[in-house]
Parts: sequence; structure tokens; C-alpha cells
Amino acid sequence: MEIPRHWRLKKQRYALVGETCPHCDGKIFPPRDVCPHCGGEAKTPYGFSGRGKVFSFTMMQDAPAGYEAQAPYTVALVQLEEGPVITAQLTDLGDQAVEIGMPVEMVTRKIRQDGNDRGILVYGYKFRPLMQ
Amino acid sequence: MRDVVIAGIGQIPVGEHWELSLRTLAARAMLAARHEAGMELKPQALYIGNMLASTVSHQSNLGALLADNTGLTGIEAFTVEAADASGAAAFRMGYLAVASGMVDTALVVGVEKYTDMVGSELEAAVSEMTDYDWEAVEGLTPTAQAGLLMQRYLYEYRPPREAFAAFPLLAHANGAGNPNAMYRKAIKPEVYAGAEPICDPLNLFDIAPYADGAAAVLLTTVDHVPTGFTHPLVKVTGSASVIDRLALHDRPDFLRFEAARLSIERACRMAGIMPQDVDFFELSDTSSIHAALTLEAAGLAPHGQAAQAAAEGRFNLNGALPINTLGGLKARGHPLGATGMYQIVEATLQLRGEAGVNQLGKARRALVQNLGGTAATAVTHVLERVERQNR
Repeated sequence: MEIPRHWRLKKQRYALVGETCPHCDGKIFPPRDVCPHCGGEAKTPYGFSGRGKVFSFTMMQDAPAGYEAQAPYTVALVQLEEGPVITAQLTDLGDQAVEIGMPVEMVTRKIRQDGNDRGILVYGYKFRPLMQ
Repeated sequence: MRDVVIAGIGQIPVGEHWELSLRTLAARAMLAARHEAGMELKPQALYIGNMLASTVSHQSNLGALLADNTGLTGIEAFTVEAADASGAAAFRMGYLAVASGMVDTALVVGVEKYTDMVGSELEAAVSEMTDYDWEAVEGLTPTAQAGLLMQRYLYEYRPPREAFAAFPLLAHANGAGNPNAMYRKAIKPEVYAGAEPICDPLNLFDIAPYADGAAAVLLTTVDHVPTGFTHPLVKVTGSASVIDRLALHDRPDFLRFEAARLSIERACRMAGIMPQDVDFFELSDTSSIHAALTLEAAGLAPHGQAAQAAAEGRFNLNGALPINTLGGLKARGHPLGATGMYQIVEATLQLRGEAGVNQLGKARRALVQNLGGTAATAVTHVLERVERQNR
């Protein structure tokens, strides 16, 4: 049971709220305590659009505990249109082959299920092919 | 700073030791190292490299546990943790302690008890080495990180995919000559080509197998080496540890292993050498792409070309710069927090001339690098044989 841990990240998991640096205007996701671009302290919330492109990807066959029901799944690095790269699963792929550079958009999905029947469900961002 | 030498080594075969506990694995390696030195050389400190014990064996405070279990109560003892670079990080702690003069004799052991848990729980435990809030929680594992690296590498550099076979082929060929290796059988290119995908584009043979293991050394100064010690002495001439951004997605260019590059640069500068000046290089082939990116970070192959250089035989036992001479992580096995200490023990065997059928003709100076958490931590050492007249 890790409820506070997931609860305190709900703005990031559900709405991709990162930060914009008041010193250098750099866009930051996930939030950090110190701006990776200029070294200043960054605390100004900034909502990301949720659109981006696949930067790299791989297929998970042997999933860790909490993710078995989803296997096999594709996990990717997605470069958001504002700049930062984040780690997330791809979803709703159907028969579509994944390619580097493929446009994707954020959706909210169940990302993890703790083992026993009293375990919590963790919801968060995944990315699907961009709807035209 | 005082010169620090290795006055005893010990290791157990890497594998699935269902019958051995965490403490007994460690004790066997620790006692082997101490017996080689002579038991009268008593350590004043024990530094332990370990990653998983608190999760997999539900055991913390290994310092007290492992020292107590081997009759070393009353000394300093604690764990150094840096994911799968814990072994080399503990070795560096031992080096710093003895070099500084605070400790005359330090025992260092890397130990991992991997098989106290099974299945997907174990995969989740290993994933703790990634950024848990932003990587592991998305279902990412360290092996998947390697898959992400490989996919992007193939996209950017377009090397022939089959060239990567060179790394596991080399590892298994060398592992065949190491009695402590987990896999002691050479493999053929067609076996690699037909292996099942694990985190595509990586396959089963691209990934080093996690396992149980323990390896230890006794560090001291030349003055404290017992007169009856008959093995050639090996001296630590370079030591550096550097971190990168933890999460792959936070790195400006994750195909450049910056921590690996910087720690090699600093360890070599300390030793007064260039990376090309070593006789062999024990590196972290956690996966084939780790091996390639490490060689490129070290400047030993141009960016995008390490696999082709390996395929040409450059890093084989009889090549221009042998790597992973006793099987590396792929064939010797990858007991996580113990791996860095196996690398040190293996390099010491080569430098002493005690590496058996895999003994290199010229082995005077070694570069040894242990990566932790997909090159988030890189710990690098330069080891050199002390010629007799200099003792």
C-alpha cells in the first residue's frame, strides 16, 4: 500500500502538470526541485499539452509485479511538444506498428494494479496514436 | 595518500544458490580473501556492496550481520549502495579508507542474494534502481531501459544489427575458461540470431543474467602485507565515481554515457594514463548496448561503431584490447551488487598471472568499470601489478 505516494503525484499523473522555470523559462516535466537548464529553483506550475512524438520504444514481455495483466506492452520515451522527454506506456495501438517520430497524445488509464484484492489501482498517463 | 594494494581475493561461483543464505554467500568470499592474506591480517573495517537485501531478503544492517557472522565484531562495517554499481562503490570506500590512513586493512565484499524471491516480484525489486516515481511506475525495468537505448541507437547510427552478436559471443567464449562463471559454454552466431526477443530489439543473449554471488578483497598498504604472501601484489592507481541524471528521459543525450566517460577520464588522469594505455578492460556488459556505449564513452571506438569494432575481433582475448576476459556480466553472470567485486577479483587474477586458460600474455594494467542503474552511476578503477623490485 503506497497511497500517499501516488496521491501526491495526482496532478502530474492525471494532468501532466510540470513546471516552468521563473529564471530561464525552461519547461520541466516531471517536476524537479532545481531547474535542469539553469540551476535555479523552479516551482511555478505549468500544464503540458499532452501531445508529443515517440523518441524510443521497446516491448515488455516479462512484466514486473503489478503490471502482469497488461503484458505484453509497449513502453516508450515520448518527447512532449514543449521539449521534455517522459517515460510512458503506449496504448490503443491496435495493429499499428510503432515508429520513432510517431505523433502521440496523452490519455488517462490504469497503469498498475497491486497484487492482492485489497491493493490499490494506480491511474496515470499513457499515450495513444494522435487522433486525426 | 598512501598506496593501496590487494592482499587477498575470494569469490564463489555465480549461479542460483538455493541452498546458501545471504550471510553464507558473503562469508565464503570474505573468508577466502582472508585465508589468502593469512588470518593474522585482521581487517579494521568491512565495506559491503549490496543492492537488494532489504527488499528481497528483508534484511538491512548487513554491516553488523556479515561482520558478526564471520567473527569480526568490534570493527567498522556498513553497506554502500549504488544499484548494480554497489560492488565497485564499496571497493572505492575501502580504497579511500586505506589510502587516507584512517584504516590500515579493509575487507570489501560484494554480495547479492537474488534467489530469495521469484518471478515478477523480483523484476519489480530490480526496477527500484530506476526512478521509481517516473520510470518504474510506468512498468519500465532496467532491461527495458536497455531496449530503449538500443532502439534509439539503431535509429540514429544504423549499424548492422547482427554486429551486436560480437558482445555475447565474446563473453561466452571467455566464460568457458572461468570456473566461477555461470555459463561456461561458447555460443554460435546462429544461436544469437535465433534467440527470443526480450525488450525488443534486444534478445535473450543481449541481456546479462541476474544471479546470486559474492566476491571479496582485502585492501591494505604494502607495509602491512604479510611476509608469507606469495602472490604478485596489485595496486590501485586510479579511482573515480561519477553520477549522471538517474532517469533516461532526463538526459540531454542518453546515447552518450556521460558518467562512464567522466569516471574513466578521472580514474585514468589519477593513474597518469590514457584509456588506450591499459592491457585489458573489464566493463559492464549489462546488455550488449551497454558494452557498446561504454566503449564509445571511453573513446575506444567511434560513436556508432563499437559493435562493428567488436565484430572485427578487436576486443577478443587475442584482440588489440581484450574486454571481459573471464566472461563479463553476460557469461560470468550479473549478481547486481556483487558484480563490481567480481570485476575487481577477475582483473586481479589477470594482473597476477593467475587467470588460467584465459590468461593474457600481457596483463600489467587494467581498467575496470562498474555501471549502476543504466549508467546513472559509473565507478572506475585502474589496477596495476607491482613489479617485485618495487615492493
